[in-house]
Amino acid sequence: MSKVNELFNHSIKVTNVGLETFYQTVVEQNVSAVHVEWRPIAGGNPKLAALLAKLNTPEIEEANKKAFDIMNNAEPVLTDVKYAYEVIDGMDKYTIGHAGPPLAWEDMCGPLQGAILGAIMYEGLSSSLEESEEIVKAGKIKFRPNHSMGAVGPMTGMVTYSMPLWEVTNTSYGNKAYCPFNEGLGKVMRFGANGPDVIERLKWLETSLGPAMKKALALSGPISLKVIVAKALAMGDEMHQRNTGASSLFVREIMKYLVQVVDNKEELFKITEFVTGNDQFFLNIAMATGKAICDPVKNVPNSTVVTTLSRNGTNFGIKISALGEQWFEAPVNQPKGLYFPGYSAEDANPDIGDSTIIETFGIGGFAMGSAPAVVRFVGASSVDEAIAYSKEMQDICVGLSPHFVIPTMNFVGTATAIDIRKVVETGSLPVINTGMAHKKPGIGQVGAGIVNPPMDCFVKALEAFGEKYD
Amino acid sequence: MIHNVIKHNAYFDSVTLMLFSSKLGGIDGVSEAAVMMGTDHNIELMKSSGILSEELAGKVSANDLVIGIKAVSQDVIDLAIKTLEEQFENKAKSSEGSGAIRVKTVDAAVKKMEGLNFAIISVPGRFAAAETMKCLKNNMNVLLFSDNITIDEENELKDYAIKNELLMMGTDCGTAIINGVALGFANVVRRGNIGLVAASGTGLQELTVVIDKLGGGISQAIGTGGRDVKKEIGGKMMLFALDALINDPETQVIGIVSKPPAQEIMVKILDKVKNISKPVVACFLGGDPSLVEGTHTIASETIEEAAKQLVTLSKGELSVNLNSFTEEELNALVADEVDKFQGQKNLRGLYTGGTLAYEAMLILNKKVGNVYSNIAINKELSLKDVEVSQENTILDMGEDYFTDGMPHPMIEPKLRSERIKKEASDPQTAVILLDCVLGYGSHPDPASSIALAVEQAKALQGERHITYIASVCGTEKDPQVLSDQVEKLLNIGIIVLPTNAQAAQLAALILERL
Repeated sequence: MSKVNELFNHSIKVTNVGLETFYQTVVEQNVSAVHVEWRPIAGGNPKLAALLAKLNTPEIEEANKKAFDIMNNAEPVLTDVKYAYEVIDGMDKYTIGHAGPPLAWEDMCGPLQGAILGAIMYEGLSSSLEESEEIVKAGKIKFRPNHSMGAVGPMTGMVTYSMPLWEVTNTSYGNKAYCPFNEGLGKVMRFGANGPDVIERLKWLETSLGPAMKKALALSGPISLKVIVAKALAMGDEMHQRNTGASSLFVREIMKYLVQVVDNKEELFKITEFVTGNDQFFLNIAMATGKAICDPVKNVPNSTVVTTLSRNGTNFGIKISALGEQWFEAPVNQPKGLYFPGYSAEDANPDIGDSTIIETFGIGGFAMGSAPAVVRFVGASSVDEAIAYSKEMQDICVGLSPHFVIPTMNFVGTATAIDIRKVVETGSLPVINTGMAHKKPGIGQVGAGIVNPPMDCFVKALEAFGEKYD
Repeated sequence: MIHNVIKHNAYFDSVTLMLFSSKLGGIDGVSEAAVMMGTDHNIELMKSSGILSEELAGKVSANDLVIGIKAVSQDVIDLAIKTLEEQFENKAKSSEGSGAIRVKTVDAAVKKMEGLNFAIISVPGRFAAAETMKCLKNNMNVLLFSDNITIDEENELKDYAIKNELLMMGTDCGTAIINGVALGFANVVRRGNIGLVAASGTGLQELTVVIDKLGGGISQAIGTGGRDVKKEIGGKMMLFALDALINDPETQVIGIVSKPPAQEIMVKILDKVKNISKPVVACFLGGDPSLVEGTHTIASETIEEAAKQLVTLSKGELSVNLNSFTEEELNALVADEVDKFQGQKNLRGLYTGGTLAYEAMLILNKKVGNVYSNIAINKELSLKDVEVSQENTILDMGEDYFTDGMPHPMIEPKLRSERIKKEASDPQTAVILLDCVLGYGSHPDPASSIALAVEQAKALQGERHITYIASVCGTEKDPQVLSDQVEKLLNIGIIVLPTNAQAAQLAALILERL
């Protein structure tokens, strides 16, 4: 009997590709069906469609599976607190690490310039913003992307000589990644603020909180971050705009050691107040976690998996596994979302920060479905919409995480390992939950929202990959 | 004044957009409106019709939705934009639906639901072959609604499908009933032991509907797409589908409906069924009956006739009388209508269903001769200008000329409504012959749109009497409900016949007396 005759004996299950009325028609007849919301491949661009066809090979599939496995096999643990000068090659007082791909001073947005002027004062090289600016104009400062120094930083992402950094070790592959401490909300350097209070707080992080955490971690031993992230997802975090659960879990782990290592009661109170008073305290640890997870995924031959998503306020840059450290850039988008009272879209700076490392390993915007509480904050209209975002991300990823699951979606794993081929093919872009800085330096955060990377980054990366691949 | 809006990265299919465009075009004060994806071709179109500025034209990509409105005032433009936003919102709401399962790609669909065994594909032609092949490779049978696919592509797809024992219905196939499920444009009919293969969309719809009306039922109704029976494709899907029906234990009787195939293909088809035990009835509309004579196959001249033969074979007898008039009543009706004319002589048949138009044309050509058409078999009877009817004319308004940039009239009957009014204004028009196709896929209430058009037409025709005749292709179980639709037509004074053949025959009886 032919297969068609088998069909006649079975219920039909329909895929509808195209006009939606045909889908509704079969569903009305109680037939199981999936609707493919079809779009022209690569936006109808025949050259890209041809390239995608050429890149549809088992070899690339396999390479991406390998990249996916490396991402999932990661064992990130919090091991230490180190000063930047101790661990970053070539670090000196005149070197400033910033978020995103490399760029020149003239091309930097307001908050990034503001943060840099403040950072120069923080390192004691100047005593005023004017003086800082002269130092920059004299060409004395070396700007480096954090990503090229084994580090990441949120928003403007300042990483300088004297800063204490969280150290996350990926014990599966032995690599380490770093991220500075979270400064809290309000006027902070990551949003471009640079007043005396900002610098004073950074000094306190350097001289009090940093050393205290280092001692506490020495007592506690390595803390498994995979466990904290997985638990926090179940507590309604997505680890980019909401870290309430993760911060609480971390404080619960570390507190019993902190009290042992800080003798001065007043100082202990100050530390406790700071750490417990900041819902986003864990964000920076999560970022170092992401960097530690993603770095070993680099340089898998033939893999089109994204290893870096990052922005400097002017350009969005991505890296893909097979092409190692090569940046693919395009102008950043403006996030869409909600503003704190008194601010509007007019005030917001374009997209900035290394924090998209969170999305790079499959949480943040990708896990929005697990964070109903963040939905309103980032301007999504409903929990359904958040779940829809998380589902959509499955279309552009290699697979689902076995470790990080979304309780509100029947514990399905978060979409993991972005494949640029799928991004270009489907036109679906990674979804990012982000904070928004004021476009003028020194003011701080004005809101939060959702943003996508520009498609051009992915197209450029695909074309570059296609040229090398035969 | 002209107004443009661009929505970046917002994809809608062309049918949806054409519906949006025609909604906007219908607003008083809007002289021109287009809602299109920003492909190079569309941008050129919009620029040349003067509804898109050069400046904006350079800023859009194929993934952007481009709106252009030309209207008399800002108020009208505001109203148009508001209307459009409502359309988008409704679309978004219907998309949310409860529990609808949506993905972006065929690969994602396969991951989403196990055991997918059927695909309906209606993407633009130049992308359709690739999507179809993906589905075939995932072991799905395919109904390929898209057209504009090359002959080579169609052959490649069908060869692959047949090698892998899968159906590949199409290209340009709109109708099938598989395991009792109506797919594409199809009616809700009884299940039974009659298996059908058709290289014709509305032909298959009419056949299944008439079988249903006669008390028969359908095991499977398989479409092949009209091009399948042309020489270039060689009838390969028709032959494959016949094999499937021959081997199907549920199917006891086999019916074939098609416009005339290439002669050698017709021979192949007849040859295929020559030695089988199941009876076969074929309606090769306009085909040479001598080719069928003396074979295993029974020939029928009309779809109604084929349905009667099939039901008789299926049930051993024909117990249902379809006719809504006795012969006496019919003669009286004809005499009555003929008396009312004031010297008008001509027929105008305005069809949404292609095969129905074709069947009506054959019937009328045979009885009254010389029917002009846009689908005429012989060149002399081709309309010089499709916009202008000549003497007796039958139009297939689903032909490319009418559907270029417009939704098919079975989905959006606006163009046909306009044409009804135009024909009614012609002092020569005596009879207007119409079809009204129900079922899934079709307009939710085609009878109301006909009734509205006829009402407006009657105002235009003034003192003159015009006989309006229609048949409704549909069943009680169709979403539009046959009896509701018939009633709407009767209420406006349209004579309604149970089949297209009878409607055409009544028109012929009247014309013969003029």
